[in-house]
Amino acid sequence: MAKNDGNGARSERILMCGNEAMAEAAIAAGCRCYFGYPITPQNEVTAYMAKRMPEVGGVFLQSESELAAVNMVFGASAVGARAMTSSSSPGISLKQEGISYLAGCELPAVIANVMRGGPGLGGIGPSQSDYFQATRGGGHGDYRHVVLAASAVQELVDLTIEAFDIADRYRNPVLVLSDGVLGQMMEPVVIPEHAETHEPEKPWALTGCKGREPQWIKSLYLNEHDLERHNQKLQAKYAQMECDEVRYDTRQIEDADVVLVAFGMVARICRSVVRVLRERGVRAGLFRPIAVWPFPYEALRATRERAQAYLVVEMNAGQMVEDVRLAIEGRRPVEFYGRTGGVVMEVEEVVAEVEKLLVREGVS
Amino acid sequence: MQAVYQRPESLKDVETHYCAGCGHGIVHRLIAEIVDELGIRERTVGIAPVGCAVLGYDYFNFDVSEAAHGRTPAVATGMKRARPDLIVFSYQGDGDLAAIGTAEIIHAGNRGENITVVFVNNGVYGMTGGQMAPTTLEGQVTKTTPRGRMADDVGAPLKVPEMLAVCDRTAFLARCALNSPKNIRAAKRALKKAFQYQVEGKGFSLVELLSPCPTYWGVEPLDALKWIEEKVIPRYPLGVIKDAGTQETP
Repeated sequence: MAKNDGNGARSERILMCGNEAMAEAAIAAGCRCYFGYPITPQNEVTAYMAKRMPEVGGVFLQSESELAAVNMVFGASAVGARAMTSSSSPGISLKQEGISYLAGCELPAVIANVMRGGPGLGGIGPSQSDYFQATRGGGHGDYRHVVLAASAVQELVDLTIEAFDIADRYRNPVLVLSDGVLGQMMEPVVIPEHAETHEPEKPWALTGCKGREPQWIKSLYLNEHDLERHNQKLQAKYAQMECDEVRYDTRQIEDADVVLVAFGMVARICRSVVRVLRERGVRAGLFRPIAVWPFPYEALRATRERAQAYLVVEMNAGQMVEDVRLAIEGRRPVEFYGRTGGVVMEVEEVVAEVEKLLVREGVS
Repeated sequence: MQAVYQRPESLKDVETHYCAGCGHGIVHRLIAEIVDELGIRERTVGIAPVGCAVLGYDYFNFDVSEAAHGRTPAVATGMKRARPDLIVFSYQGDGDLAAIGTAEIIHAGNRGENITVVFVNNGVYGMTGGQMAPTTLEGQVTKTTPRGRMADDVGAPLKVPEMLAVCDRTAFLARCALNSPKNIRAAKRALKKAFQYQVEGKGFSLVELLSPCPTYWGVEPLDALKWIEEKVIPRYPLGVIKDAGTQETP
C-alpha cells in the first residue's frame, strides 16, 4: 500500500517500467484524457491508460490512427482538459500535423515520443534520431515547443508532471522524449499521489458561452498582417520559453579537460564513461541537456573556458552536434560519436573515442 | 407589432463572405434556429471545417473551434469525451468529410460518438477553386476533371450516409436538399432530430445536405437549384437512411 508522507505525496518506491511510470505520472499530474494508437515500443502506455483512466474517472480512447489521436487531444484541450497522447517515431511523424495546429491555436498538450530507429518504419530498438524533428518544429509553420528528455524512469515521471505545467503556462504543446530502452526498463520510482501541479484557470477554453461572449479557437488568419501579428505573439512566447525553460545537468565538468555532451539514455552511459576515464586519470565531465529545446547554449558555452575538447554522443548520426557547435562557436573542437539503427553503445567504445580525441588534440 | 420572423440569437448580424446562391448561409441559419429552439446555445460548441465554411466562427453566436482538414470528427470526439455536457457538432464539406477525413468520420460513427455531423455536399471543392470531390457527379466538369468525372478513372460518387449506415453504432442518418422551401423545411426537421438525438444521448447523427455551388458548377444561382433537382437528387436519393433512435435497448 502507498504510504503518505504527510504532504499528500506517496513515499513508497515501486518498481515500474518507464512507459507505465510515465502514464501514471500523467494521471498524477491531473491528466484525465488520453488518446493513443498502438506502436512499439510504447504499447505499455496505451495498455496502462486503458486500465487506469476509468479507475480515476478519466477518458481513455484507442483512436483509429495517430492523426485522430492527436486531434482528439486537440478537442479535449480546446474544452479545457489536461490531455495527452504518446507514440513512437513513425507515429509522431503523423502527429506532427496536429502538433502544428496545437501550437497555432495555442492549446496545451503533452505528447510523448518513445523513440525508435528510423527513417521510415525502421525498427523497434531505441534511438534518438528524432532530435531534429523534436527540436526544430517537425510540423509546418514557425513554431516551437519545450522538449524534455529523461534519462531515468524517475526523471521521466518528474518531467512528465512538469510537462503538463509548462504546457498550461504557455498554452503550448510540450514534448517528452523517451526511447525504447527507457520505456521498457524497470526502475524503482516514487509517484506523487497528488502531484503539486499548477493548472491555471482556462478562460479561453470552449466551454459553452454561458455568462460570456462566444469565443473561438483558431489558427487561421487570412489577412497577412493579422497572421504576422499572431506569429509575432507566438515568437515572443517562444523567446520567453528560451529564457525560462532551460534545463540541464552536469557531472564533474568543473575541472574537465574533455566534456561529453549527451541527453536521455545516452547520458547515463556517458556517466559510466566519465567514471572509467577518471579512474584512468583523464579529467572528463558530462554536460546533459534535460530540455533539448530550449537548448542550454549559454551554460554549455561557459564550460569552454576550461574544457579543451567536446565529444557529443548520441544514438543518431549526429543531430545534437549542430546545437553543441552553435554553443561552442568554433572555439574548441567538437567531435561526435554515435550509433544508429537501435544499437546501444558500450561504455568502452565511448571511452576509446574520448582517448582518441585526446591524442588528436594533444591533451594529456 | 409582433415579430414573426427574425434573426436567431445564435446567428451574428454580420455580412457573409459566401458566393451568391451558395447553400452555406441556409445551413448556418437552420443550425442557428435549431440551437435556439433547443435552448442549447450556451453549451454548444461548433467545429468549422477547412473549406468554404472555415470562417464559421464569424457567423455563429456560440463557441466555435477550427480543426485540421478532415480531422473534425476526431476533434469533436475529444471535446465530447472530455466534456459530455457540451453539445458538439462538426460542420463538414464533401472534401473534408468524404476524402481526407474518411477514416475519422467512419470511426466516429462506428464508435457511436454522441455528436452531430452537418455534412454539406455541393459536389466540388469550393475553397480551393472547384476541384473534384468524392461526391462529384459522373460526367461533371471540375478543375481536376476537365473532361468530366469518369468512374473508371477516379471512382464513382460516394454515398456517405449509406456507407455509415452499415456501422452498427450510428443512430441517425439522413439526406436532404437545399433547393426548395419544401426541401429546406425537411432539412430543418432532419437537422433538429440530429441535434435532439445528441441532447438525449442517443449517439451519432449525420445529415447530408445537397447544396448548390453556382460558382464552381458554372451556372446561375437559380439554375443551380434546378441542377440539384434534375442531376444531384437522382444520384443521391433524399430521405432518412437510418434511424436507430426509436429502438428501445433490450
